Amino acid sequence: MRIYLDHNATTPVRSEVADAMDRVLREVHGNPSSTHSEGSAAREALETARSRVALLLGTRPDRVLFTAGATEANNTALLGLLRRREQAPGHVVSTQVEHPSVEAALQVLESTGWRVTRLPVDSDGVVALTALADALCDDTALVSVLWANNETGVLQDLEAWSAIVREHGALLHVDATQGIGKLPIDLGSLSIDLLSLSAHKFNGPKGVGCLVVDPELGFEPILHGGPQEKGRRGGTENLAGIVGLGVACDLADKELDQRSLRYSMLRDRLWEGIRTRIDGVKRNGSTAALLPNTLNVEFEDTAGEVLLQALDLEGVAASAGAACHSGSIEPSHVLTAMGRTPESARGSLRLSVGFGTDEEQIDFVLDRLCELVPRVREAEGA
Amino acid sequence: MSDAERSERVVVAMSGGVDSSVAAALMVEAGYEVIGVTLNLAGGASRCCSLEDADDARRVAERLGIRFYVANYRERFDTEVKQAFADAYLAGRTPIPCVTCNSRFKFEYLLDRAKVFGAGSVVSGHYARIDTDPISKRRRLLRAADPQKDQTYFLFELTQQQLQALWFPLGDMKKSEVREYARRLGLATAEKPESQEICFVPDGDYAAAVERIRPDRLPGPGEIRDTHGRRLGTHAGIHRFTVGQRRGLGIGGGDKRYVTEIDADRNLVIVGDRQAVMAKGARLERVNWISGETPDAPVRASVRVRYRHEGAAATIEPDGLGGAVVRFNEPVSAVSPGQAVVFDVGEEVLGGGWIVGSFR
Repeated sequence: MRIYLDHNATTPVRSEVADAMDRVLREVHGNPSSTHSEGSAAREALETARSRVALLLGTRPDRVLFTAGATEANNTALLGLLRRREQAPGHVVSTQVEHPSVEAALQVLESTGWRVTRLPVDSDGVVALTALADALCDDTALVSVLWANNETGVLQDLEAWSAIVREHGALLHVDATQGIGKLPIDLGSLSIDLLSLSAHKFNGPKGVGCLVVDPELGFEPILHGGPQEKGRRGGTENLAGIVGLGVACDLADKELDQRSLRYSMLRDRLWEGIRTRIDGVKRNGSTAALLPNTLNVEFEDTAGEVLLQALDLEGVAASAGAACHSGSIEPSHVLTAMGRTPESARGSLRLSVGFGTDEEQIDFVLDRLCELVPRVREAEGA
Repeated sequence: MSDAERSERVVVAMSGGVDSSVAAALMVEAGYEVIGVTLNLAGGASRCCSLEDADDARRVAERLGIRFYVANYRERFDTEVKQAFADAYLAGRTPIPCVTCNSRFKFEYLLDRAKVFGAGSVVSGHYARIDTDPISKRRRLLRAADPQKDQTYFLFELTQQQLQALWFPLGDMKKSEVREYARRLGLATAEKPESQEICFVPDGDYAAAVERIRPDRLPGPGEIRDTHGRRLGTHAGIHRFTVGQRRGLGIGGGDKRYVTEIDADRNLVIVGDRQAVMAKGARLERVNWISGETPDAPVRASVRVRYRHEGAAATIEPDGLGGAVVRFNEPVSAVSPGQAVVFDVGEEVLGGGWIVGSFR
């Protein structure tokens, strides 16, 4: 038996999604850009998916720009927007706890003359709103923020951010990758100019996502090519993937309320068990608003890497901070930014529930943790 | 599956080389539940234990259908092996870091990891054998069947407790048989070249390695003197020398001269003739007796004073303080402080210790 508690890394594809993709792969072979019947069938599938994404987010379909996932969406948002020919280098505000696909793009901007302010977080992982307001300058062109942190599940208050940034007049980009499909979001009532998401974080396929962006907002494409996506992203569309994303959005739209209730119930059961049955544990981000499915726990005097391997042998998949290359587990930059020591960060484990998780699995994982944590402490401690 | 039906779980130390790949394959063939573990010790820069080797090991593990993990000990390796290596050179000794690496990392730490994994044993691709003495029931460490490949010199610090939980399935095999076996199984590592003796000094330039590891502690130039205290020239740092060394002294002259002593306190390299480098005996510290019991009388054995030394007849006298004095039957050349002396009787390895100094 395998128990998968790593839904923040990626999620299983729902069968409704796989079925829809299978149908497209077998039956819809036209190019959406072609004018013949095969082409228009493909175009229809593409636009249906676009509408489904828009419906989930509360936005207009013409604002949905399909990409190969959130990394491309984040790169497009930051580099595409700010490297427009008429745009002189100015100032960008972001945070110290961004996903690497934003942080790396910020570094590219810095190398081309942009100034970047990375706002710190408190011990719960939350950026102070006063710090955001103070950081905004006359030449701040863009604010980019991770809505829900992938490692801790800590949320930044989007309503407050959008109000502050709108008042200042800068653009706001939200990396919403972890939040979509777990929490509701209504772009109709928030002033968000750009938003990135990825299908595989909410039971869609890997390699597809989108950037939500106003078509009037001019930017340099990252991928130069044909006229697809209104000339903003060249290359024949990943139609099956996009259809899969559409179905995943449709499922999320229908199930959202019950999903977040169920996820938080399972997550709380896990934390209650850990807190009451194992000594020397701390929850990271404990008092902040959190994603319903994510639990980040420090097991004092353990190495998360070792605990992770031992759990895997017992049939449980979890994560120590962010996924990383074999052997080079660096202490998480997110936990370090929250003031944790490298030792405490290394002893932290991320457990994220999702589709398919049930109470029985949670109880099994609790039993395994109760056995393994003392074993790891005894063998690897000191 | 109930516990009774589940096969015994073992951890195989997989370096990414051919030997440990075959060791893993043999354990799979014997019906064990095998977990492959690669130690990530020196990071990307070195030939051995790098992430590229971890990738090789991972491919073999995939081929064998076993679980595979990387155990990250880079920080401990930096302080306990690399810095200790450099500090030994700076103290005038000639270190042999592979012994510490083997006894501490490959066995002590890996046995700890195995315990966490619920595995009873650690298996490695070392060329050495373990058996049980029929009378004392103690474990014995025996030299490998293939004398060319024997690695017991690096294993003299093993304890009874460790030997209880270790397996060396290649101990009875020849290297050619191991390669043949790897080829037959189609293992990716079948044709991989032999690894270096010291993995984090792939180019063999130990002095440069010391300078890289401890740039702030280098002793600087000093004098080269003969055994009568006469100044013969200068040297660029004592870490560039080893006792018994003949080449690269930079003092010219017709007589063949050897390094006989390195005096770290006075930053001196002492040289002498061939006679001066011959030792009648050596003083050892941190002696390990594999039986777990220090003999109460002198022991006659064949002793190896460096890796690949064929061995010399000697008497070992335990000093009651964890050390020993070794007296060679015939003088032995180049007995270097910092190297290990390993004691053998026939095929059995009795133990060994670390050279503090020699005497003439």
